[in-house]
Amino acid sequence: MKFTYSWLQEHLEPTASFEAIVDRLSLIGLEVEGVEDKAKALAPFVVGEVLTAQKHPNADKLKVCTVSIGAGDPIQVVCGAPNARAGLKTVFAAPGTVIPATGTELKIGKIRDVESRGMLCSAREMGLSEEHEGIIELPQDAPVGVPFAQVLGLNDPVVEIAVTPNRADCLGISGIARDLAAARLGDLLAPRIAPVPGTFPSPVNVTLDFGGTPSLCPAFALRVIRGVTNGPSPDWMQEKLRAIGLRPINALVDVTNFLTFDRNRPLHVFDLKKVTGDLVVRRAKTGESLLALDGRTYALDESMCVIADDKGVESLAGIMGGEESGCDAATTDVVIESALWEPINIAQTGRRLGINSDARFRFERGVDPAWMVPGLELATHLILDLCGGAPSEIVLAGAVPDTTRTIDFPLSEVKRLSGLEASEAEIMDVLTRLGFAVSGAAPVVQVVPPSWRGDIEGKADLVEEVVRILGLARVPATEFPREGGGRRPVLTPLQLRTRKARRALAARGMVEAVTWSFLSAKAAALFGGGQPELALSNPIASDLSDMRPSLLPGLIRSAQANADRGTGDVALFEVGQVFAGDRPEDQRMAAAGLRRAAAKPAGAGRFWQGNAGAADAFDAKADALAALAACGAPTANLQVTADAPDWYHPGRSGSFRLGPNVIGTFGEIHPAILEALDATGPLVAFELILDRIPEPKAKPTKVKPPLDLSAFQPVRRDFAFVVGQEVGAADILRAAMGVDRKLIADATVFDLYQGPGIAAEKKSVAIEVVLQPRERTLTDAEIEAVAAKVVAEVAKKTGATLRA
Amino acid sequence: MSDLVLTDHPGLDALERGIAAGILAADDEAALEQVRIAALGKKGTVSDLLKSLGAMTPDERKTMGPAINGLRDRVQGLIAARKDTLKAAALAARLAGERVDVTLPVRPAPAEIGRVHPIAQVTEELTAIFADMGFSVAEGPDIETDFHNFTALNFPEGHPAREMHDTFFLPPGEDGQRKVLRTHTSPVQVRTMLAKAPPIRVICPGRTYRCDSDQTHTPMFHQVEGLVIDKTSHMGHLKWILEEFCKAFFEVDRVTMRFRPSFFPFTEPSMEVDIQCDRSRPGEIRFGEGEDWLEILGCGMVHPNVLRNCGIDPDIYQGFAWGMGIDRIAMLKYGMNDLRAFFEADVRWLSHYGFRPLDFPTLAGGLSA
Repeated sequence: MKFTYSWLQEHLEPTASFEAIVDRLSLIGLEVEGVEDKAKALAPFVVGEVLTAQKHPNADKLKVCTVSIGAGDPIQVVCGAPNARAGLKTVFAAPGTVIPATGTELKIGKIRDVESRGMLCSAREMGLSEEHEGIIELPQDAPVGVPFAQVLGLNDPVVEIAVTPNRADCLGISGIARDLAAARLGDLLAPRIAPVPGTFPSPVNVTLDFGGTPSLCPAFALRVIRGVTNGPSPDWMQEKLRAIGLRPINALVDVTNFLTFDRNRPLHVFDLKKVTGDLVVRRAKTGESLLALDGRTYALDESMCVIADDKGVESLAGIMGGEESGCDAATTDVVIESALWEPINIAQTGRRLGINSDARFRFERGVDPAWMVPGLELATHLILDLCGGAPSEIVLAGAVPDTTRTIDFPLSEVKRLSGLEASEAEIMDVLTRLGFAVSGAAPVVQVVPPSWRGDIEGKADLVEEVVRILGLARVPATEFPREGGGRRPVLTPLQLRTRKARRALAARGMVEAVTWSFLSAKAAALFGGGQPELALSNPIASDLSDMRPSLLPGLIRSAQANADRGTGDVALFEVGQVFAGDRPEDQRMAAAGLRRAAAKPAGAGRFWQGNAGAADAFDAKADALAALAACGAPTANLQVTADAPDWYHPGRSGSFRLGPNVIGTFGEIHPAILEALDATGPLVAFELILDRIPEPKAKPTKVKPPLDLSAFQPVRRDFAFVVGQEVGAADILRAAMGVDRKLIADATVFDLYQGPGIAAEKKSVAIEVVLQPRERTLTDAEIEAVAAKVVAEVAKKTGATLRA
Repeated sequence: MSDLVLTDHPGLDALERGIAAGILAADDEAALEQVRIAALGKKGTVSDLLKSLGAMTPDERKTMGPAINGLRDRVQGLIAARKDTLKAAALAARLAGERVDVTLPVRPAPAEIGRVHPIAQVTEELTAIFADMGFSVAEGPDIETDFHNFTALNFPEGHPAREMHDTFFLPPGEDGQRKVLRTHTSPVQVRTMLAKAPPIRVICPGRTYRCDSDQTHTPMFHQVEGLVIDKTSHMGHLKWILEEFCKAFFEVDRVTMRFRPSFFPFTEPSMEVDIQCDRSRPGEIRFGEGEDWLEILGCGMVHPNVLRNCGIDPDIYQGFAWGMGIDRIAMLKYGMNDLRAFFEADVRWLSHYGFRPLDFPTLAGGLSA
């Protein structure tokens, strides 16, 4: 919303400076977005009179002029403009001036050996227009030496404010003035608008016909003015409209635009001669269309409200008029419309048709219903002044709704909600100055909001009015102590896990990415997603259309982008939400990571101590286990199985299980998946669902279990088993460990061999078993007995034989 | 050495001198062993002398015994000393050949390479600050119902404020309710109030979505909101909390903040907050000084309609809420200038702007230390 300072002064007699007003606007809730002051930018340009203009001795197209700017000696200027001539009043810029159009600083110079001490300016050089045929020609009465901006009437700053959706009243300059007056920056000028008596009955009638459907038009007023002369509007009106960025059209249309901004009262004018029969306000019929004033044709339907005559639709109610019945220079008889519209319907229609008009903007936020008829009267005054003519009587349809409501307002509410100390008198004064009717006596008064403040619902709104006008700076910052009781952790176990998983993965040399929560339908489908309930109805791009079922596609895409930028060995991870459905419980917290090419945990790429090989499934497994351990998952109970979703390599992938629950997967990404995602590998990855890890049981004490150390040396025995290739090493270890849970402290694989000496379908797995005696040193016989049991148990569980 | 008198027996002296010369001349352990055998071996010269003691008279033994034993002890000592010398020399010679180039590079520690994303780090920073003020962390789903995202928050159906949110929509659920990607984290406030009776003190950090994309907007971004509901908390407390937060977060001793009235459907009164700063140095913002104002958050008293929608009586309870962009305050604090880069996963950017895994933000050690 833009306004000029002089326009504001038609509604406000300021008692403060312009700067003070600008500063205060933001502090009362009318945020200043910019102040454009052409006078400041053009300050160095002054009116000069060309005293003499003679041909340049060394150039045919140049002239040597002497210019007077009042004080001091005449100044010599070389000028190339064809219209530079003696006696001309024009614009002079002295050396040192920055030329707005070019940004360059003017210097004293010699042009073809003749000194030039300034410049005579065209409109283009000052950034005022594209006109550059010659230097500016000012009227002969322009006073020499005064700032050019003053002569042009440009010394009127334009202020642009952001008006919040609740403050439709400030979409009119009169409303802004009222707020400023309430803040004691001036006195409100609000002359009464005298009704204009009609001199004949209106030849056009109007009916509201919604045929039993909810009305979209509470009230409609019109009047005809006959015998108008519709030429250009006067300069004062054109200047106002131009200053706020509007294009003057003709006097009748300009009056409606003027009142739209002056009073937040959009109006419409029809050319009476182009209206056939009476007007009816109704829903459009499917199939009807309107050629609107913006030159476009809109297809209409029953959800939209129109103003029609016997021919058909003439105007899209409250949004934009029709081209056919519009006013032009030939208009002599005019119908003026002032109406009220259903705000939500205006918003919906405007949105569906994609029309952003000043009228729509106001009607969807809400105009002052009580001002429907006064608005029509003021328009009548202006049209009679500018165009002449004779007014008809006013025709009214429907009824202006009574919006009067009373709010019981305990004055203590101001302190309760805001903490601001204000006297009862102060509070009541602010409300009164804003147009609220306050009655009754403290402590609880009755407040009736003014008709233009449809946004005021209750006590809290009144507190806001008081506080914003008295100033938020008066609200004292008040210490907010902690609640009583001990200090408890504020994070949930899952929140804590999410953090720990993140740090654990970063500590393994991986870099955390944050990728989009949505991806292409194709990528979603590749990773088990793509359900219809997870597809956005209005995606911003086709490759960001579906909620992600997994973090992996986003990471793969990011890894490839890094490879394309030249970093091929990249280790990325993400901790974030994935979606199995659209219910809250379908959203899971996942942690996933990948390693591309040679991004090994110990370091990537070539190195003098040995080059990093390709990252493999075991790197991904180790990453996953690091995160799981950091999360406090019971890793001892974790089972790894050789089944994984089909986006992994079928032979180089696995799942982590806790009982029946799969809590994660890992392995090499399937080459076909990479190809489908336009990515190259090799690429290994893992993904964990952190909220599937069972929460640890709360313990009554923080004391750790006692340390249990044995006084006896552990005994280590090695076994080499030959087993089928399909047998898992974990099965061998589990069988070995199960022989004597008390005595066997650990079992690990220290060698894996396939090749000569071992049958083709077999492999050799060498394990070390650690025996930890607790009561006494073991005898050789005892050790041999345990070893024999290990061999027997592993053979029984896995079909293994001892390697010869 | 020839004039040195070792014993009263010139024969023994000569022998000792000879052996000592042999010991000194031995230049490795093998040669020394030869000297030792020649002297102290079974048939060695000193051993022979010791054996000869048995055939001597007691008188002779009285004088020769100590002399010969003394000779043997001294020879043994000389051999041991020579042995140590030779061993040390051999070790020194071996080590001299075992030199490495200590300037060769080593692999950097993985924890030096890995990075935590600035959004995660800043979320931990602000959580630390608010946790200290007694706030806990609430979370909720990204896919929300229209009710939680709008209706409960006092957005009237069809109201322009609703339209301003550039909402992503999903197909309606089984109950026919429209689903949306949450446009703010305020639905978490609604869920918190519906689940728990006052007093309430929570912050709600998380991902939010709006279908908007340009230089300064991404379709996904991060917000943190705060909510306090009890019987006495007012705008003065809100002011204090936000000032304390800004001081702690930007790690400055004082901040000047400007509260401006504004409009949000879910708060009344509503305010926007600007923070004073100095932007005179290119690419750098300093808080706690300067002449510029920078908008950093929106806030207000929770609207009575919102309280009612969440089953809380606005005549008994009151409270406030605020919200700000995590990405935005991260950019302000750490000088990142392009929001889009947050989501591009460029490892060059992440390595530069990300945080080392062991740099935990703590109030004790400094949030960004």
